[in-house]
Amino acid sequence: MASVAEDRPADSMMEGSTPEAVVVRFAGDSGDGMQLTGGQFTLSTALAGNDLATFPDFPAEIRAPQGTLFGVSAFQINFGSTAIETAGDAPDVLVAMNPAALKTNLAALKPGGLIIADTGEFNRRNLDKAKYDASPLEDGSLAKWDVLAFDISALTVEAVKPFGLGNKEALRCKNMWTLGLALWMFDRPRDPIYNWLRGKFAKSPELADANIAALDAGHAYGETAELAGPLKKLHIDPVESEPGLYRTITGAEAVSLGLVAGAQLARLPMFFGGYPITPASAILHNLVKMKEFGVTTFQAEDEIAAICSAIGASYAGQLGVTSSSGPGIALKGEAMGLAIMTELPLVIVNSQRGGPSTGLPTKTEQSDLYQAVFGRNGDAPMPVIAARSPADAFECAVEACRIATQYMTPVMLLTDGYIGNAAEPWKVPDPADFAPFPVSFLQEKNHGDQLLPFARDEKGARPWVKPGTPGLMHRIGGIEKNPGTGNIDYSPEAHQTMTEARRDKVLGVANSIPDQEVCLGEASGRMAVVGWGSTFGPIHQAVRRARRRGVDVAHIHIRHIWPLPKNLGELLKGYDHVLVPEMNTGQLKTVLRDQYLVDAKPLNKVSGQPFTIAEIEAAIEGALA
Amino acid sequence: MNEMTKIETTLKDWESDQEVRWCPGCGDYAILKAVQRTLPQIGADPANTVFVSGIGCSSRFPYYIESYGFHTIHGRAPAFATGIKLANPELDVWLVTGDGDGMSIGGNHTMHLLRRNLNCQIMLFNNEIYGLTKGQYSPTSRVGTTSPSTPMGSVDRPLSPCAFALGVNARFVARAFDVSKNLPEVLKAAHAHKGAAFVEIFQNCIVYNKDVFNDFAAPKGAEDQQLWLEDGQPMVFAKGARGIALDLDTLSLKVVDVVDGDWQGAGVLVHNVTNRAIAHMLVEMPFGPFPMALGVLYDDPRPTFEESVLEQNARAAEGKELDLARLLAKGQTWTVEG
Repeated sequence: MASVAEDRPADSMMEGSTPEAVVVRFAGDSGDGMQLTGGQFTLSTALAGNDLATFPDFPAEIRAPQGTLFGVSAFQINFGSTAIETAGDAPDVLVAMNPAALKTNLAALKPGGLIIADTGEFNRRNLDKAKYDASPLEDGSLAKWDVLAFDISALTVEAVKPFGLGNKEALRCKNMWTLGLALWMFDRPRDPIYNWLRGKFAKSPELADANIAALDAGHAYGETAELAGPLKKLHIDPVESEPGLYRTITGAEAVSLGLVAGAQLARLPMFFGGYPITPASAILHNLVKMKEFGVTTFQAEDEIAAICSAIGASYAGQLGVTSSSGPGIALKGEAMGLAIMTELPLVIVNSQRGGPSTGLPTKTEQSDLYQAVFGRNGDAPMPVIAARSPADAFECAVEACRIATQYMTPVMLLTDGYIGNAAEPWKVPDPADFAPFPVSFLQEKNHGDQLLPFARDEKGARPWVKPGTPGLMHRIGGIEKNPGTGNIDYSPEAHQTMTEARRDKVLGVANSIPDQEVCLGEASGRMAVVGWGSTFGPIHQAVRRARRRGVDVAHIHIRHIWPLPKNLGELLKGYDHVLVPEMNTGQLKTVLRDQYLVDAKPLNKVSGQPFTIAEIEAAIEGALA
Repeated sequence: MNEMTKIETTLKDWESDQEVRWCPGCGDYAILKAVQRTLPQIGADPANTVFVSGIGCSSRFPYYIESYGFHTIHGRAPAFATGIKLANPELDVWLVTGDGDGMSIGGNHTMHLLRRNLNCQIMLFNNEIYGLTKGQYSPTSRVGTTSPSTPMGSVDRPLSPCAFALGVNARFVARAFDVSKNLPEVLKAAHAHKGAAFVEIFQNCIVYNKDVFNDFAAPKGAEDQQLWLEDGQPMVFAKGARGIALDLDTLSLKVVDVVDGDWQGAGVLVHNVTNRAIAHMLVEMPFGPFPMALGVLYDDPRPTFEESVLEQNARAAEGKELDLARLLAKGQTWTVEG
């Protein structure tokens, strides 16, 4: 988060001309370029110095049939002059590029909010596709909102006329016209968008010019039309932020950069084995552009080959990394067991999505906690870390690399579709602020004239022995092994000893992580709301609001899912109530109850949409009533 | 193979201290000895050699060789090998797999390793049966194989590993059998080939599929059924009395008699290891009417996968500064003043 204004409310509002935060949702057909519009509005907003959070929400189909309800793509941004931690509960402004976009997004719009609609698209055909009998713009059904409807399509075509585009191409500039209007409304600069358009259309400058003309026309429309009624210019002050250099970052970018930084801190080249899967592919796409940092990327033939190649690379002395989403993680399970058994470092990134099976590929969920902590055959312990936001994913990725290389173990890093796609301002860290954790490979026999590949250091970690090292030839594999030599050993003592050694090593990771802190409120009291992953934002805001009303409630956010911080059990016992909101049916809740015998109560949501602040606030009220 | 410094070793140097645990009389023993005999001959360095295997009887192989060894999971050895080679292309990597491991559960990975042309040697021990799981039929078992899972005989048709390899674009395909004295020569040729070298080794499972290859691979008396191919030499067998010729009417191979050594007169083909079309015909020859084609069937190198990947890596890094701070601050940034 960019902000230091911890105690000020971040509720979105439109009253007066200088609200603290505003939520805008751009919604249109998947072909309308709403994600681009949102992305550019985000950049412009970040450059204007606001804190922000975004929520891209798009269909799984690449080009769903035009005008249909299931083909609607939306991008929501919450930005303000105070700390922003969620993409906002309810939009203040809904830009609806067609009837389907209006229909699917209207329910979320705040009463009294503003609808901007393109009348050019509200024709009979599109109304039918959206299953409207009559145009909602005309039948009075939108009475509780402000409606601003005008023919954006025609205005765009008019604006780009000088560039001689065909009608279809001309209409594709609509999103820029709309963006121009939005930039005017919120007093954002147009320069960054000009630069971006010129870069994007470097090969066809006439398209760049047409888009710029559309952008300017939209902006001028706001400027000169001086519309009576709802459309007015709003200024959002810059947020009070720590001094420093900032950029916007998505979770997928942050994970990629964190992995590269982590490998650098371990002084290792990095090998990334991946297979295309939504929403994890973005990490592969990012890493291919960082080869100069000793990154080798490999698009494998399947998820299994992706992880196996990464383990092979770790065996050969690089930092092996693989990434996927739930279904792919399931396929990798057996290989994770081998990495646990052979005690090789490995980072596995799981960008969670709605499940089971194919589930909801483009929607968010945090339902792979069981899979991460328990989802392998045998007693197969593995450290698990979860990122709470796009920016936080950077530090989590570095931490995953640290644990993997220092403890000779696979580590799973959990993010989710929301974190992966969403953007937020990020204070660019100085690499010098991270303590390096250089890896050393065994160079000579470690027990007199004998090599013991499974001898352990004080952390319980075995030495890393690279093939190619003279005199240290040895064999490893997935069969149970002798505690020292690593030779095949099926004896009862060997399995007992090795199973315990693997368990204790992973539990020992807790000695190297910080104690659990309370991120808002007191260290004991009536209630703790305990969360993990991307529910951080809504929980934090809900607890903040409840505290403002005098409720004795605290927010505890867990980054280290396994092993859990050593003081967590004691900490939780200091509260009368423990509430665990999760985008699953109660997975962390089960782990907490099992580990600490605390009466943790679940609050669950599995709709593919993030929690709203209000939902969590209501649950806090309800539990304490 | 790799450009490597040749190291002086003996067969003994390649024996690990682990007790070999295959069934007495298993064909794997002969293959192990042949490999341990080959490695000194090619000047291999134990410290630089890695044996990677999957799961199955054959996949225990790495434990018995005094080099680096990785006994991985069922069918996935090619994927591990790919990571190993990309991480350190200097390593000399041998894969050991079987007909179940490499053609059934791991068929996908075998296919992609071959098509990518990863520089390594793949030894597929084909015994036409699942040995370690007690004798179920495998994807190379002949139709009618009775086994614990097919008491009335198997009904599905088998595949030919060499035909599979050629089909997925392998650039080196060879064949031998466990007790053959020619096995080290075939392995040497595989090692000399730069790229993925696929060697099918018929192996006698004396417990679950005894002597199924005896018609051509019996220790004695089956020589007349072996067609040993050699580059530039005529395709003759049965002590030179018979040969393989091309039937121009059907564009297929035929067996011809060679009288008084006049193979040319009989129209016998001369083996050319780079002739892909003939290689396809050789691996498809039905045994019985035809002899078993053995030796190096096809050898025509192409650039290797790891070479091409690392060349791209080097190109991407050219002239670029390793500046993490700059990478983190990429894109449009803004500064908040203190």
